[in-house]
Amino acid sequence: MENLLNIFVKSIFIDNMIFAYFLGMCSYLAVSKRVTTAIGLGAAVIFVLGITVPINWLLENYVLKAGALSWMGPQFAEIDLSFLSFIMFIAVVAAMVQLVEMTVEKFSPSLYASLGIFLPLIAVNCSILGGALFMQSRGYESIGEASIFGIGSGFGWFLAIVAIAAIREKMRYSKVPAPLRGLGITFILTGLMGLAFLSFAGIKL
Amino acid sequence: MAEVAVQQEKEALFSKKRVKLLTDPLNDNNPVTVQVLGICSALAITVQVKPALFMFAGVFFVVVMGNIVVSLLRNVIPNRVRIIAQLVIVAGLVSIVDMVLKAYAYDVSKQLSVFVGLIITNCIVMGRLEAFAMANKPWPSALDGIGNAFGYGILLVLVAVVRELFGAGKLMGYKIIPDSFYEFGYVNNGMMMMPPMALILVGIIIWVQRSRNTKLVEAED
Repeated sequence: MENLLNIFVKSIFIDNMIFAYFLGMCSYLAVSKRVTTAIGLGAAVIFVLGITVPINWLLENYVLKAGALSWMGPQFAEIDLSFLSFIMFIAVVAAMVQLVEMTVEKFSPSLYASLGIFLPLIAVNCSILGGALFMQSRGYESIGEASIFGIGSGFGWFLAIVAIAAIREKMRYSKVPAPLRGLGITFILTGLMGLAFLSFAGIKL
Repeated sequence: MAEVAVQQEKEALFSKKRVKLLTDPLNDNNPVTVQVLGICSALAITVQVKPALFMFAGVFFVVVMGNIVVSLLRNVIPNRVRIIAQLVIVAGLVSIVDMVLKAYAYDVSKQLSVFVGLIITNCIVMGRLEAFAMANKPWPSALDGIGNAFGYGILLVLVAVVRELFGAGKLMGYKIIPDSFYEFGYVNNGMMMMPPMALILVGIIIWVQRSRNTKLVEAED
C-alpha cells in the first residue's frame, strides 16, 4: 500500500510528465488558452493513461518480454518479442482511444460532449506512449503499480495544463513584448514552473 | 490535361518551388518555433550535443522515409484508418532506428532511453505525414521531410550547444573552456543541466527569431 502511494506521489510531482520529461508538450501548448478546455483535455489524459498503461503492462509481461510466453507451454519459453513493443504499444494506444471514445459516447453522452473532441487528439499525445515506455523501462512489478503510475502521471499532466491555462488567462491583462507574445512567453513560463517543481526533487520516498 | 502532365514532368528536379520546400522550414516555417511541433522529444535530450545529433539523425531518417512511404501509399490508404496506418509505418521505421542504435551506439541508445520510441509520437513526423505526404508526390515529400528534419535539428543542436557549453564547459564531450578560467573562479552553470532551462532557452530563441522576423509575431488576443 505504502509502495503504491509512493509511486502515485512520485509520478505526480517528481517525475511530472511535463516538467521533468516534456511529454505531451504539443497539445499542452496548443490547448492551454482556456481553463475549461484544459480541464477537459487533462481529464481525458488521466482517463486514457489509466487504461492504456495497465493494458500495455499485461501485454509486456505476458506477450512481449523475453520468456513472457512461457505460460503457453515450455516450447515458447525462449521467444523474445520485445522488438515488437513499439508497434504493439502504439496500436494498443490508438485502439484504446478509439474504444474509449465509442464507449463514452454510448454510455455517457454528457462526458462525451465535454471530452469528445479531445479524445482523438490523445492518440498522438507523447505522454500516453511515454507512459507505456516508462512503464516498460522501469519494470513495475504488478498491474496495481502500473495502473497507479498511469493515473498518477495523468494527474501530473492535468495539474500542469490547468495551471498554465490559468496563468495564460490572466496574462491577457499584462503587456508582453511583441516577439514573445503567445508561444515564447508560454515556454518561459513553463520553464519557471518547472524550476518550482524541481523543489520536489529532494523528497525521499 | 495532357499539356498539364507534360508541364509537370518538365518541372526541374530543384525548381524554385521545391527549393522553397527545403528552405522554408529552416526559418519562416520552422517546425519547432513556428509550427510548435515535436517539442516533446526536442528538449529532454539536449543536455549534451552528442545525443542531440543522434536524435536528429533518427528523426531525419524517420521523417524522410515516412514521408516517402506514406506518399507512395497515399492513394491506397483509406481515409478513415489513415492515422493508424501512418502510426504503424512510423512505428516500424522507429523500430529500425532503435535496433540500429542498440547495435552500433549502445551508450547513446541507453542515454536516449524512451525518447527513441517517442519519435513515433513526435508531432513533426505525424504532422508532416498528415499535412504534406498524404497530398503530394514522393519527391516533393522527401524534400519536405529533409527540410523539416533540418529545421528541427538546427534548434536541437543550438539548444544542446548552449546547454553543454555553459552547463559542463564541454562540446561533444571535449573540454572547451580552458582550466585557467576555472582558476580565476569561473564556475559551470549547473542550472543549464536542469530540464526547465531547455524550455527557457527555446523561449529565448523564439524571442530572438521573432524580433528579427517580425511577420511571425502573434496577434494580441
